[in-house]
Amino acid sequence: MPAVTPLLISSFTATTCLGQGLDALLGGLRESRSGLTPCAFETVKLDTWIGEVATVDDQKLPKSLARYDCRNNRLAQLGLEADGFADRVREGIARHGKTRVGIFLGTSTAGILQTELAYRRRDPETGALPGDFNYRTTHNTFSLGEFAREYFGLEGPAMVISTACSSSAKVFAAAARQLACGTIDAALVGGVDSLCLTTLYGFASLQLTSATPCRPYDAARNGISIGEGAAFALLERVSAMPAIGSLLLLGTGESSDAYHMSSPHPEGLGARMAMEAALRSAGLKPGDVDYLNLHGTATPANDAAEGKAVAALFGDRVACSSTKGVTGHTLGAAGAIEAVICALALRHDLLPGSPNTEGLDPSINLQYLLKPKSGRLRRVLTNSFGFGGSNCSLVLGVAA
Amino acid sequence: MNAMPLNAWIKGIGFLAPGLPDWPTARAVLRGEQAYNSAASVLPAPAILPPAERRRASRVIKLTLAVGLEAAAHGAADVSTLATVFTSSGADGYNCHALCEQLATADRQISPTRFHNSVHNAAAGYWGIATRSMAPCQVLCAYDASFGAGLLDALAQIVVDRQPVLLIAYDSEYPEPLRSARPVPDVAGVALLLTAEAAPDSLARITVSPTPAAAETLAAGELENLRNAIPALRSLPLLQKLARGEAGGVCLDYLPPLQLAVDIAPC
Repeated sequence: MPAVTPLLISSFTATTCLGQGLDALLGGLRESRSGLTPCAFETVKLDTWIGEVATVDDQKLPKSLARYDCRNNRLAQLGLEADGFADRVREGIARHGKTRVGIFLGTSTAGILQTELAYRRRDPETGALPGDFNYRTTHNTFSLGEFAREYFGLEGPAMVISTACSSSAKVFAAAARQLACGTIDAALVGGVDSLCLTTLYGFASLQLTSATPCRPYDAARNGISIGEGAAFALLERVSAMPAIGSLLLLGTGESSDAYHMSSPHPEGLGARMAMEAALRSAGLKPGDVDYLNLHGTATPANDAAEGKAVAALFGDRVACSSTKGVTGHTLGAAGAIEAVICALALRHDLLPGSPNTEGLDPSINLQYLLKPKSGRLRRVLTNSFGFGGSNCSLVLGVAA
Repeated sequence: MNAMPLNAWIKGIGFLAPGLPDWPTARAVLRGEQAYNSAASVLPAPAILPPAERRRASRVIKLTLAVGLEAAAHGAADVSTLATVFTSSGADGYNCHALCEQLATADRQISPTRFHNSVHNAAAGYWGIATRSMAPCQVLCAYDASFGAGLLDALAQIVVDRQPVLLIAYDSEYPEPLRSARPVPDVAGVALLLTAEAAPDSLARITVSPTPAAAETLAAGELENLRNAIPALRSLPLLQKLARGEAGGVCLDYLPPLQLAVDIAPC
């Protein structure tokens, strides 16, 4: 059986409502600053707060990729071009070859906004969509993966994972498997999800959006703040003696709730199984983990169920927080954004806090951090859970 | 890095396509023992769901339960412990159309059920609820290359985790006006129960490797049309070899110029 982890996270980046690139995100985490604003997206009229990336629509795709033009791929490009990340990918392609770099990206809704807008421009006689609508390159879930493949001129394997809000955590596991099998030598992993009417009105229909900025793990929490974002990492095999300070993917764990389409298992059983599997894959015990980045969406049900699972496995010994108050819930991008937050936490010995959360839920017994603090971090775990009962946990660490 | 061969044993097959309601029928047609009769796909009522859910189940839910349960029964697998890989070009096309249509009107108060059924992993979620399997469940999309993407991840799971995996590749049609933009004609699905070890009732061993070769086509015109029209049926050249019990190689469409060479050794 081949070893799947550890893997080297040789480069990473994230773009969120705090701005393009890592500095904006790190600044927000250090100051515990929320990037959420009252919803004024497109023509949406909902009493909710969102995490909108300000400069998405300023992005111009290269002429040769114009057919991919939509909010999701603009956000993908904005994210790829932050922090010199696209250049690091090109260097990786030069090292390994264009057939040996795989693409594993997560999204929940891809470019569905393009279709929502096209439905407003249907032919009044025939009902046909406008001639400029391109299903394959904007609407289809794989449009993100195909855009990235064309953007870098790659000829290796590619797949998009779409398991709602766990999508871009699961990409790390899928990439790790292909690296272990030797079908590729490097993997572009990440997630991109962009604001659209389907998710804003959809979560509102389930009464899961809050009229205030989201308050994870607060006793008065009453729903999510939807965000958008893009985060990417380049995964490669690690040498036997990685350089001190190298960031590593140590383990991955996946499970299913098999319980309900839009509610978590009330005891957090699937969540606990994913965390246990990630620890097992990393060869670690709960006590080896220094910080947990919780899924912590701020819905009553999610935080209660996740809280039970975390308490059962880690007790109140491990510092933890949800960073959804900083970034909003970026749905299919959340797994990758929070993996990048974990990488920043490890690199800067920063334990993030939880802006907007004020009065912790007394029924959840965790060592929950309201304010950021400094502390030596070696290993951290991040949770991502999605509709359909899809759970994924990742363990990241730093080489000593 | 020495590549690990991506191989697995096939222990069960499930199939449903226009004119081909199950694997025994498809097998007979692919062996040339029975003529292909063109007809709309027939979706059985999923007996595994409680009556209320059975009535509400969408076409993709009926489709994935039909082919997944057929493959699991064929291979005598316990679905309640089975890891799964779902792969499809799209999700529930009718649900997607209904949401887009309503969001284009002044009344945007969409139904919560329609919303949670809109996720790409809706069929996978219902599979989990129906089978009670808490094992890992993957849900992929690679447009026309979705079968190849699913096969790659399923085989990597077999190699890495050494646990059985049920691969379910499926596609469904959209209603107009999306149908004109994405003209998938009907539902179709194929399920392969894959195991890491040979069993007395294994059907064949498959080994997958990358190739720049062109994908194999089918001699029978109507079957070749299905292969081209429905992404999950890019698997048909592999299924034809399995149906005929033939050894040898076959090349499947993936992401040109990267294609998948499948070597088949019948048991």
